[in-house]
Amino acid sequence: MNTLILTSLEQGLIFSVLAMGVIMTYKILDMADLSVEGTFPLGAFVFAKFALAGFNPIISTGLAFVFGSLAGLMTALLFVKLKIRPLLSGILTMTMLYSFNLRLNGRANIPLFNYKSIYGDVPTLLLLAIIIISIKILLDMFLKTEIGYLLIATGDNEVLVKSLGKSTNTYKILGLMLSNGLVGFSGALMAQYQGFVDITMGSSIIVIALASIIIGDSIKRSSNKIKLTTRAIFGAISYRLIGGFAIDLGLSPSDLKAVSALIVIVFISYNNFSSPFINSLKKKGGKSDVRSKKYVEEF
Amino acid sequence: MLEVKNMWKSFNLGTDHEINVFRNFSLSFIEGESTAIVGANGCGKSTLLNLISGSLPLDSGKILLKGRDISLLPEEKRSSNIGRVHQNPSFGVSPSLTILENLALANKKGDSFSLRNLVKKDSIPFYKELLKTLDLGLENKIHTQVKFLSGGQRQSLSLLMATMKDPDLLLLDEHTAALDPKTSFVVMEKTKELIEKNNITTVMISHNMSDALKYSQRIIMMDKGEVILDKRSCDVSEKELLDIYTKQLVKKITA
Ligand SMILES: Nc1ncnc2c1ncn2[C@@H]1O[C@H](COP(=O)(O)OP(=O)(O)O)[C@@H](O)[C@H]1O
Ligand SMILES: [Mg+2]
Repeated sequence: MNTLILTSLEQGLIFSVLAMGVIMTYKILDMADLSVEGTFPLGAFVFAKFALAGFNPIISTGLAFVFGSLAGLMTALLFVKLKIRPLLSGILTMTMLYSFNLRLNGRANIPLFNYKSIYGDVPTLLLLAIIIISIKILLDMFLKTEIGYLLIATGDNEVLVKSLGKSTNTYKILGLMLSNGLVGFSGALMAQYQGFVDITMGSSIIVIALASIIIGDSIKRSSNKIKLTTRAIFGAISYRLIGGFAIDLGLSPSDLKAVSALIVIVFISYNNFSSPFINSLKKKGGKSDVRSKKYVEEF
Repeated sequence: MLEVKNMWKSFNLGTDHEINVFRNFSLSFIEGESTAIVGANGCGKSTLLNLISGSLPLDSGKILLKGRDISLLPEEKRSSNIGRVHQNPSFGVSPSLTILENLALANKKGDSFSLRNLVKKDSIPFYKELLKTLDLGLENKIHTQVKFLSGGQRQSLSLLMATMKDPDLLLLDEHTAALDPKTSFVVMEKTKELIEKNNITTVMISHNMSDALKYSQRIIMMDKGEVILDKRSCDVSEKELLDIYTKQLVKKITA
């Protein structure tokens, strides 16, 4: 397989975990949680900390999940108990994690090439596919349980959840913990994959997650047969492939962030307006063709 | 059965916008009886239900349900014994879930939620039977997401969900106000059937005088946080009720 496609696929799988984490808040709880900008590198730094201390890489990766969910707990408590707005709560956690991540190993950049990682024994693509499919299946099963449905209902209609005799706060806390746990886990997978951790790893990771989710959403938009997790995985892999091709076409990796933001803008506005420009591109011939020419000229 | 004792409630206390809705308000309701409350906008009807259900805290006073003081319990603790249908058809259901999933949630009301599967295949016939009582054909669309249902269908489903676990008390806050007259009639008839079948104590707010009389045993008219009429519904005619109502309105306008 072409190395570009292979790398994009592998990274896409790693970002699927990130995207599956973020759907818990963005799609299910209907809340924008920025703490993930801190929990993604947190997962990486926690992995580094334990790897350097000689822990087994599987255990260190699991600990990245645990620390990630603790960070999610912090965000949840900030807004559930202290009534700080969710958006600000996430920003506060993210800011604190920046300092925490630097403190954790006392450095902003740690090479991991000399330490054992979960990769290496099995082909990376296969290993990642197994991990991602297992997480997907577990999440799908969870969302079918009594507690899982309450999580969905909390994002849907808090009045109903209270009328069922449940506190919505419990489920917001649970959702944020699960979400950030997965994001931390994804950060640890990425750290081992690239062979180093860096304090800038998390910057604009939320845009990558949203771009993936939004791309995933646009497949058969009206169908509720396709699971959220499937959409997240499909979206993350597509996103990474698009990015890979963009670099192949000569785009510098540092331009990729702007491209991610553009993807988010284009897809959201497409979903919001189904703009005449895009519609006219879909149709062919006749009047619409004339119109589309006009739009292209204006463009 | 339900007793509201010496209740005080104000909003925006200590500001220029202070509103004293209830001053030393007391009212009690009898087991198995259906009471309709009418009164001008802003007289405190919804606030009364919000205080009973716990969506709003009392300033002082007590609320007793079956002799137990519930005034300090949070909303979710009270709700296991209280069913409620709101004016807004979206408040009683989870729109992105299917009819079946919504019913399965309602069937767990007050129980503890676990990691078992929520929807059990063998309970589907039970839910279908329940839906059949609504006569809306919903039993054939159990896998439809509730957001695709009409307001009347949603409100009927909310009603079913609110009464499924035999609550001690059912609170209805103008639950047909958002519906067209025909649907409103159907939902009111369903409400009556459900209440009578399960013999549920009901407090119903209505914006419609004739509905209020027709579907209740006791009628209460409120004005500015006070009860100004409290009679058997069969002893009052719609005209009488409207007369008092307009008199109050005129008083308000000329005052
Ligand atoms: N959450 C609230 N905050 C401030 N004022 C409120 C609130 N809820 C109700 N009120 C006020 O209390 C009074 C009674 O309102 P409400 O109980 O909704 O009346 P009704 O249902 O009889 O029309 C109104 O003056 C209303 O403006
Ligand atoms: Mg009202």
